[in-house]
Amino acid sequence: METVVAIVLLTFLAIVAVGIIVLRDLLAAVVLLGLYSLIAAGAFVVMDAVDVAFTEAAVGSGVSTILFLGALSFTKHEQKPRGNDSIIALIFVVITGGLLIYGTLDMPHYGRADSAAQTHPDLAVRFLEVSIDEVGMPNVVTSVLASYRGYDTLGETLVVFAAGVAVLSLLGLKRRRPEEEAPEDAPGDTPTIDPDDVQSQY
Amino acid sequence: MSQAIGLYSYWIVIVLMMAGLYIMISRYNLVKKIIGLGVFQTSIFYLYITMGKVDGGTAPILVEGKELVYSNPVPHVLILTAIVVGVATSAVALALIVRIYEAYDTIEEDELKAIEALEPDA
Amino acid sequence: MKLYPRQRHRVLQVVTKLVIPFVLMFGLYVQFHGDYGPGGGFQAGVLFASAFILHGLIFGLQQTRRVLSPGVLRVMMSLGVLLYAGTGALTLLMGGNLLDYDVLAHDPLHGQHWGIFAVELGVGITVTGVIVTLFYGFASKR
Repeated sequence: METVVAIVLLTFLAIVAVGIIVLRDLLAAVVLLGLYSLIAAGAFVVMDAVDVAFTEAAVGSGVSTILFLGALSFTKHEQKPRGNDSIIALIFVVITGGLLIYGTLDMPHYGRADSAAQTHPDLAVRFLEVSIDEVGMPNVVTSVLASYRGYDTLGETLVVFAAGVAVLSLLGLKRRRPEEEAPEDAPGDTPTIDPDDVQSQY
Repeated sequence: MSQAIGLYSYWIVIVLMMAGLYIMISRYNLVKKIIGLGVFQTSIFYLYITMGKVDGGTAPILVEGKELVYSNPVPHVLILTAIVVGVATSAVALALIVRIYEAYDTIEEDELKAIEALEPDA
Repeated sequence: MKLYPRQRHRVLQVVTKLVIPFVLMFGLYVQFHGDYGPGGGFQAGVLFASAFILHGLIFGLQQTRRVLSPGVLRVMMSLGVLLYAGTGALTLLMGGNLLDYDVLAHDPLHGQHWGIFAVELGVGITVTGVIVTLFYGFASKR
């Protein structure tokens, strides 16, 4: 039964990806990207990866969509209409896909317990058996992420910090954007004081 | 036929990967390229997670007292890091695109190349 | 009948005011129960940040900047990384390897518990700060 659910979700993913290729309106493509991340999160749950599904749903279809919409509000919403698509790119992509499919004919089938990923180099078996004695928490993914592989997580936190610093230095906190000068409050509301009007130093 | 079912997930991953690659190399709009990058990245995550699944297994959260088969937790850790790094990369790329639009008033790649060819920046 | 922008969003404003506390509470739950169920620092940071993003979308960015000012966000971004690296430096000072949590308490199991708690807290604080900063950068108007 799980296999049927996985197959159906994968087929949906492929259809949504084809939709993203074909669409010319960027706003619709961004919304389809959010849908793509959400279906992928569902597929991850079927694969027993609950932590990964949580992160993909929150980050991929939550934050990433907001960032794309924010970037689109500064630029145009539509691609420039073009003539034909380039046929060379299509041929290249089909040939690469064909070679990769030929390469997967030797791979272990889905779900086999004796495949190379499960038995070499015995890390998974060791973590699952020893983690409760050495670290003492039931969630093995957290114990591997924070304790056995804590140094990698430090690097990842630094990457996130660097991205925040980069966006701060590229965009700052005040941008120039054309807008209509319509009053925001109805006549009966108490007006909000705009703190950007007051002299403020960041 | 059983080989087709056993390998179906890998083939769909390849289809998704090639879709993302096609968007990245054939579309000229910069935001569309970053969307293609997102499609490509998520398909790679799926490839790793599907290699960690064991038939009849369950999520790798230990339950007291029962002898269960657990799926492999090591790819999950790798992909958690990869997802967060992916969104950081997309955020910086989008910030760069916003600045490019302010400087050149276009985000189509061929128009940018034409502008650069006319007046190469110092 | 002309509706001013703030009048159009009355229903959304009321519903958002009801929903935001639950989102914040769920974020805190995910942060501290990452040991026993799915969750941990990253997921909790993103959830916490999305509560502030929701506030910013519905009430306007000026109001959200008064709630969580950019100076506080900058301190949060750096504080999380400092907490993580500081835990590593503390384990070095107490005689173990870098990020070897066994030496943090009298007992290796308790040491691991405290080490992972501090580390996940650092990750959660940094991710919250960075994601709200990203939102401010992409949504600011003038």
